[in-house]
Amino acid sequence: MLLIHCPYCNETLPEAEFTYAGQAHIVRAEDPSSQSDDQWEEFLFIRANVKGPHYERWRHFHGCGRYFNAVRDTVSDKFLTTYEAGAPRPDLASLTEGQK
Amino acid sequence: MNAPVSSFTPGTLVETSAASVSAAMPCTRLSLRARGDLAPFEAALGLSLGGHIGSRSSSDALEAMRLGPDEWILHSRHGDVSGVVAEMAALYDSHPHSLVDVTGREVTLVIEGARAAELLTLGCPRNIDTIQPGAGRRTAFDGVTVVLWRDGESSFRMDVWNSFAPHVYELLAIGCRELAAERH
Ligand SMILES: [Zn+2]
Repeated sequence: MLLIHCPYCNETLPEAEFTYAGQAHIVRAEDPSSQSDDQWEEFLFIRANVKGPHYERWRHFHGCGRYFNAVRDTVSDKFLTTYEAGAPRPDLASLTEGQK
Repeated sequence: MNAPVSSFTPGTLVETSAASVSAAMPCTRLSLRARGDLAPFEAALGLSLGGHIGSRSSSDALEAMRLGPDEWILHSRHGDVSGVVAEMAALYDSHPHSLVDVTGREVTLVIEGARAAELLTLGCPRNIDTIQPGAGRRTAFDGVTVVLWRDGESSFRMDVWNSFAPHVYELLAIGCRELAAERH
């Protein structure tokens, strides 16, 4: 089982308390009616499907209930970091450095 | 199959040499969601809300646990919370929040006995030892969201939504018997 650090609870807890919630940092347009069909398609359906470090959302469902973001390596399944929703996307170089 | 929830009469449901499970006396339950300056809410409720997630505080009338950054559960054993509710309602214009009576949503199981903490490991993926006596957490028990209050080393309360309660109780009862049947 994966152990996941909840940035709100500040505890590292079993995966069974969490749910996965898809790719992170996908921002809905400020003015939705300005968007073309292609832009809507991009927003709704097109995802990165990364091999390697992936920015993704998780929710501490059986816990504090909050959504937060994580960077997880999809090859090794290792979490590089987790951070609060709304916080800026952490720089990948700073995260992978400690992994070498 | 599963007995209806209304069949949980307050009192002991199962008791073995390992642990016991009882249904607690009914209490009033309030769900609070609030952000920003907590001081006005603390004044109205008469208890502190500011601790870490899982921390508890109490007044004569109320017992509170912080479930999340902006969420608390409040219990009152004495029934009448109308005074507190009115004081909170008076704050609403200046400090928007949500205070909802969820009394009918769940029941509380009291889990006690020498091996109570071990009994909980049957269903809780998290390490029970990380919950200090006097604190608590919302967590999972066999996939069911529950609120766990640790009142002492071997004394817990578990709030379970009604529809899950018969399942959770059955599993705890099996665990009580199984632990008691173990040979060392
Ligand atoms: Zn959490």
